[in-house]
Formats: sequence, structure tokens, C-alpha cells
Amino acid sequence: MLEIKELAVSYGAITALHGVSLSVKPGSIVTLIGGNGAGKTTTLRTVSGLLKPQAGEILYNGKSLVGLKPHRVVELGLSHVPEGRMVFANLTVHENLMMGAYLQRDKNLIRASFESVFATFPRLQEREQQVAGTLSGGEQQMLAIGRALMSRPKFLMMDEPSLGIAPLLVKTIFEKIVEINRTQGITILLVEQNANLALEISHFGYVLETGKIILSDNSAALRQNPQVKSAYLGGG
Amino acid sequence: MEFLQQLINGLSLGAIYALIALGYTMVYGVLRFINFAHSDVFMVGAFAGFYLGRVLPAASFGGGLLVLFGAMVICAVLGVVIEKLAYRPLRGRSTLTVLITAIGVSLLLQNAGQLIFGANPKSFPKLFPQHNFTFGGMVLSSDQIAVFVVTIAILLGLHYIVMKTRIGTAMRALSFNPTAASLVGINNDMVISFTFALGSALAAAGGILYAINYPSIDPLMGTLPGLKAFVAAVLGGIGNIPGAALGGVLLGLIETLVVAMGGSTYRDAVAFAVLILILLVRPSGLLGKLQAEKV
Repeated sequence: MLEIKELAVSYGAITALHGVSLSVKPGSIVTLIGGNGAGKTTTLRTVSGLLKPQAGEILYNGKSLVGLKPHRVVELGLSHVPEGRMVFANLTVHENLMMGAYLQRDKNLIRASFESVFATFPRLQEREQQVAGTLSGGEQQMLAIGRALMSRPKFLMMDEPSLGIAPLLVKTIFEKIVEINRTQGITILLVEQNANLALEISHFGYVLETGKIILSDNSAALRQNPQVKSAYLGGG
Repeated sequence: MEFLQQLINGLSLGAIYALIALGYTMVYGVLRFINFAHSDVFMVGAFAGFYLGRVLPAASFGGGLLVLFGAMVICAVLGVVIEKLAYRPLRGRSTLTVLITAIGVSLLLQNAGQLIFGANPKSFPKLFPQHNFTFGGMVLSSDQIAVFVVTIAILLGLHYIVMKTRIGTAMRALSFNPTAASLVGINNDMVISFTFALGSALAAAGGILYAINYPSIDPLMGTLPGLKAFVAAVLGGIGNIPGAALGGVLLGLIETLVVAMGGSTYRDAVAFAVLILILLVRPSGLLGKLQAEKV
């Protein structure tokens, strides 16, 4: 579904990605794990069109995404839950979700999306008229995911959904990610520092280190990999 | 009575400042820079009214509104063109670069105005029927009524657009976080164009209402009201839409009261005294929130 080939991205003189290749099969959850500054966020931002690659190719269902503006990428059915949530804190929960459906003109479809998001995150419905800036971190993460779902994506990219969230809510959010994948059939590319959790819910994993993929395998196998264990899972 | 009369004069001047200030603040909201060419769009608005007033029936209510609407459309287009040619190529560059470009555009419009319209002041036609209403010693001219009615109508319309419509919500979203806005599918360039169209249309309305009350127009007429409206926007809190309206009205009142108290020598100085004061005491403005600059 998504095919990244030899992707190279740099910020000025600093190269962030040195030829990253990965692929995501339809219907799966694929995770990209790695430490700080490994290039995880850069990979997602390049797919979304926020960054331009120096070299390499990004194919979505065979169509190249390179050079497309972010709103065109959304149009094709990819949605991106950015790192740090980036909810519109000055807008209400309702308005945030409406913005998620910005490209959707069909009122009935928008209504259906609202219902589906509220079914997944009932908390958002309770807070619908509240200004998003007043939500807790976990609720904002739900809103960020809900907002991304409002565009009715086929492919969802999530950047560190566990970041800065109470541990109890992290569990809930990861359950929801699995639910979104299973019941709505949305393919997910998950970037996470919490490798343990990410490998638990995903089918396949890539390990990114200083801009290069150093390992890739089924998630179950990666969890047993001694190298991954010592570096990312806190084991010896 | 004298006080009430001055209050009316102050409010009508303040309404005009408010209309111009809104354009500064909206553009600041989406692009984080002060569009110094805005005051010259105001001038073009007045001239558009001048030329349209020649072809449309003068001193009639419908004709006046038509002139107003026509000038607003012309300036909306001008605003979009300015953004596209001058500012869009600089997207992602430092704010200083864009700011200097804005000053360049301002000079271009002033000099093009002198070339096309001529440097001599022109007398602005009477767009609306002239009538003075007296209430126990207070005089309210039909032109002042036009200022109030048009300003209130425009403010209500603007409030509706910004708070209730899809594009208005997108403006607020973009103003808060452009990256997140683009990730939900908002075409940021389109929203920025729309913001320039809206702000420039308001400047045109301000230009015409100003010219109705001070009926001598020239290509450099925008400088002083433009600067004062900028002060009004800062006073209310730059980037804050209700703040710009409030700042405009307050500034108009302050200026008029200073004149009424015999300080007409200082009528222009007082606006800048207000600017210095607000920057010293409350730099975020009356309704603005203090924000840490993101790096």
C-alpha cells in the first residue's frame, strides 16, 4: 500500500535520513521504532508532504507522493496524527473535528464520521462544545486521532501517540489504535519510542537508527531479538 | 451635550480605524507579519470609490452602497494579487524579509497612485444623500450614520464568517498552527488569499467611509490613518479580531477627546503616545494573550 524507497532527507547541511526503505501492507499495523533523532518523525513528515526529500521515492498504491502539498496527500486518503498532537487549542472539539473533515463536502458523510469518531472516543462527545485547549493530554490525543479519522483515511500515520500522556490513558489509546485497524480496516504506520507497546500491537516493525533502517522483522520476532531487547526494550 | 457630540464624532472616526485595523490583525494572524501596504490598499479603496462615484448615481442610498461594494471587490482582488506576487514567493523566509517587502509594496502603490491618479488632492463626491439630524443640540450627519451602519453591518458579517463558516474556522485553525492545518487537508495558500481578500475589502470600506467624512483624497492619504489603525491593532492585541475593533474605537475616541479638550496640535501625536504606552505596560494588547515565540 505504501512503499518507501531509498528516501533521503536533510535539513540544510544535516542529513536526517540516509536512504530509508520500508513498505506497509494493506490492513496491517507497521511500526517504526528508534531513539530520539533517529528520523522517525522526519519519515512521516516527508510522506505527508511537509518535507521534500533529496532523493528516493514514496509510492502510495503505486502513485508517487513526492512533491505533493500536504492537503493533496490528505485528499488521496492518507492522514497524519502529528507528534505533540497539534490540536487547534483555540477551537472547540466540534470545530477541530469539522476541520478534520475539511475536504469532505458531503454532509451525510461528515455526520457519519462524527458518529464513528464518537463511538470510538465517547469522551469527545461529552466535551464536544469545549475549547480543545482545556482538554487533558490524553483527551487531546483522542481528539488528534479523531480529527485524523474525520477525513475517512485509508492510511493513518501516527507519531508518538503515547508521548506525554498518563500511563493509564496510553493503554486505552493503544487499544483504540488496534480497534481502528481491525474494525475500520485502516492501515496504520505507527512511530513510537515506547517500543514495547508498539511491537505488542503491530504486525511488522522497522528499527531506525540515525537515519537508517538497521533491522526489520515481524513484530513478534523483533521482540525476541537480543539487539532490540537490549537497546529498546530495557532488557539485557 | 458637547461631550455626547464629541462621543459621536469619536465613535465614527474609531469605526474607520477599526475597519482598517482588522486587516492588519487578520493578516498578522495567518502570516505573522505586519502588512505595511495595507494603508495603501485603503487609499486605493478611496480612489476606487472616487471613480465609481462618477459612473454610479451620486447622492443616492443604493448608489452609495453600490460604490462601496464595488470598491471592496476591487481592493479584495488587489489584496490577493499583492499576496500572490510579493509575499507568497517569500513563504518560509524570515519575517524581516517579508516586512521589508511590505514597505516596498507600500511605496510602489503610493507612487503608482501618484502616476495614475495624479499627486493633487481630489475632492471626494457625496455618495449618500445629505441630511443632518439634530437631537437637542446634537448633530448627527447622514454620513456619520452611514459610517455606523456600514461598520456594524461589516463587523457582524465578519464575525459570522470567522466564527461560523468553514473557511473562517480554517483561518482560525491556520492562525493557531499552520502545520496542523495543512495536515487536515486545508490548502493554506488558499486560506491566506482569502484572508487578504477579506482584509483588503475592509480597508476599502474604511477608505470610502474616511473619504466621505474627510472628502479630500490623494495617493499619500493612507499613511497616517494606516499607521493609526496599526496602533489600534496593537492596542487591541495584534492577531486578535475583536481586539482590533475595540482598539480602533478606543483610539478614535481618545483622539477626538484630545482634540475636544483643545489639544488639536497633538491629535496625531496622541496615537503614538498610546502605542508607546501600550508597549510599555501591556505589550500583548488589551485582549491579546502573551505568547512565547516558537523557535
